[in-house]
Amino acid sequence: MLNAKLNFSDNLFKKDIELKLMRDGFGHGLLEAGEKDERIVVLSADLKESTKANYFADKFPERFIEVGVAEQNLVTVASGMANYGKIPFCTSYAIFSPGRNWEQIRTTIGIDAYPVKIVGAQSGLNIGHYGVTHQALEDIALMRVIPNMNVIVPSDYLEAKKATLLMAQDNKPYYMRLPRIESPVYTTEKTPFKIGKANVLTESKNPEVTIFACGLMVYEALLAYKELYKNGIETIIINIHTIKPLDEETVIRYTKLTGAVVTIEEHQAFGGLGSAVSEVLSKNFPVAMEILAVQDRFGQSGKPEELFKEYGLTKEDIIKSVKKVIARKNT
Amino acid sequence: MKTHTIDELQEIAKEIRSDVVKMILKAGYGHPAGSLGMVDVFVALYYAVLMDSDKLVLSNGHICPALYSVMSHAGYFDHKHLFKLGEFNSILQGHPDKRFLPSLETTSGPLGSGLAQASGIAYCARMDKKRFRTYVITSDGEHDEGNHWEAVMFAGKNSLSNLTMIIDRNNIQIDDFTENVMPLEPLADKYKAFNWSVLEVDGHNIEEVVNACNKARAIYENPTAIIARTIPGKGVDFMENNPNWHAKAPNDQQAKLALNEIRTMQGKISPYGE
Repeated sequence: MLNAKLNFSDNLFKKDIELKLMRDGFGHGLLEAGEKDERIVVLSADLKESTKANYFADKFPERFIEVGVAEQNLVTVASGMANYGKIPFCTSYAIFSPGRNWEQIRTTIGIDAYPVKIVGAQSGLNIGHYGVTHQALEDIALMRVIPNMNVIVPSDYLEAKKATLLMAQDNKPYYMRLPRIESPVYTTEKTPFKIGKANVLTESKNPEVTIFACGLMVYEALLAYKELYKNGIETIIINIHTIKPLDEETVIRYTKLTGAVVTIEEHQAFGGLGSAVSEVLSKNFPVAMEILAVQDRFGQSGKPEELFKEYGLTKEDIIKSVKKVIARKNT
Repeated sequence: MKTHTIDELQEIAKEIRSDVVKMILKAGYGHPAGSLGMVDVFVALYYAVLMDSDKLVLSNGHICPALYSVMSHAGYFDHKHLFKLGEFNSILQGHPDKRFLPSLETTSGPLGSGLAQASGIAYCARMDKKRFRTYVITSDGEHDEGNHWEAVMFAGKNSLSNLTMIIDRNNIQIDDFTENVMPLEPLADKYKAFNWSVLEVDGHNIEEVVNACNKARAIYENPTAIIARTIPGKGVDFMENNPNWHAKAPNDQQAKLALNEIRTMQGKISPYGE
């Protein structure tokens, strides 16, 4: 059953569940953070409307800096501003930032741990018709590997908003990835959200598999949970909204409970959520495990649902993998 | 700030040149040409230009031996640290590392980012009506980097008149002369076209460097680029103008020769053109 302590939306499994943009969650959170703290400045690389930095820009034009289509400059100017005492949010598409400016992020933000927040919008396959050049499927890996960097992948509008407010108050560098499309708002204002603390979404007396998911794939995992439950297979769904620092304790505890793991993410299999989870488990409690992710391939144009199907990121793929790890566990 | 005569500053520059040669000899690693070439600019900045709260960003971090030496002479840390350049746990890392030496403005080395960082600082200073100036030293070679020109546009767009960049125009980079690797001329015209003010100085004439920095303070329309013409390896005859000395440490014999030459300069550095 669903974890009642998390106060989910009453419409969680209903057809008319509200759909909203995580980007709006970021934009609204940023506006609120800007009202609370004058040190916050926002930099844009010519994408303020699609990153939703425009809400902040309209309200605080004097704290909004347009750098043009120049992602290397975006983060290095921000580094200087953070050095001076500001809290800069750098906004662009994930493929360009951190895609194009990785070394600048590493050198001018990572090493000295400046509190610059890098927000990569339009990440993942869901960007759809834009095609392969714009589908960032490597950004979690790129950011996770930099010491001092924290990595957040929210799973709905409200999480994106809460994450934005929390990272604004934390004097550390952050990367947050956001998808393009609208997604179900399955949490509520009351759902807890703590950076570095995974949310255990379901409970069971006799769970067979633990599913770790992030981003848009969390809701997909919940749909899989429901169908599996109907068929007598109980699973624990865990939302890993913070990829780094990873909530290792929760990962280990709930893996020990089931002895079988499936991870799912809208990212390359190398270096993402699945990698992070297996790095922890291989040291502490190795079990049968499936990593649902893009398997070392590039994307292409198409509707998000067509692409999720092609690259194995659907409810059906989760169900298949759950059955696979159960079989492996039992042999 | 204690004021020094030009003669005194030239004497300090000579000591720093000796330090640079000894540091790189001891480390067995380093960039002697650019470091020696910028000694006079560093002396001008630290002894006659920088005010208390002014910032100095060194973008081309590889010439840090000169920066470290001038900082030690200016009292930031004990002179003995110089000869642990690049050693394990040394406060003087092989490239400037603020974690080990917090009095540095930035951690640097990878080229093309320093102007952008300095622009960010200058932008904030103006936002918050702070009166300090931000200085940044860049190399000519790093003008190959796209990040640098993004920042040139940014500073020009925002008329960051509280920002002064000193370009080490020594005409060499690792592979060859700059004009063979990727021509930069007409460099002054490029900056003017990007809405910068441009001053050109002999980078070995401390008085000229100081005067240009003072002049830049009085330019209220634009950021200022001071193109400092320098001789890479300045003060050591066999290193001067030779790209082979961009990133090579001297051996014992070469270092002895170099130190002797620096000593016999009698504190005088000949101007750029001679």
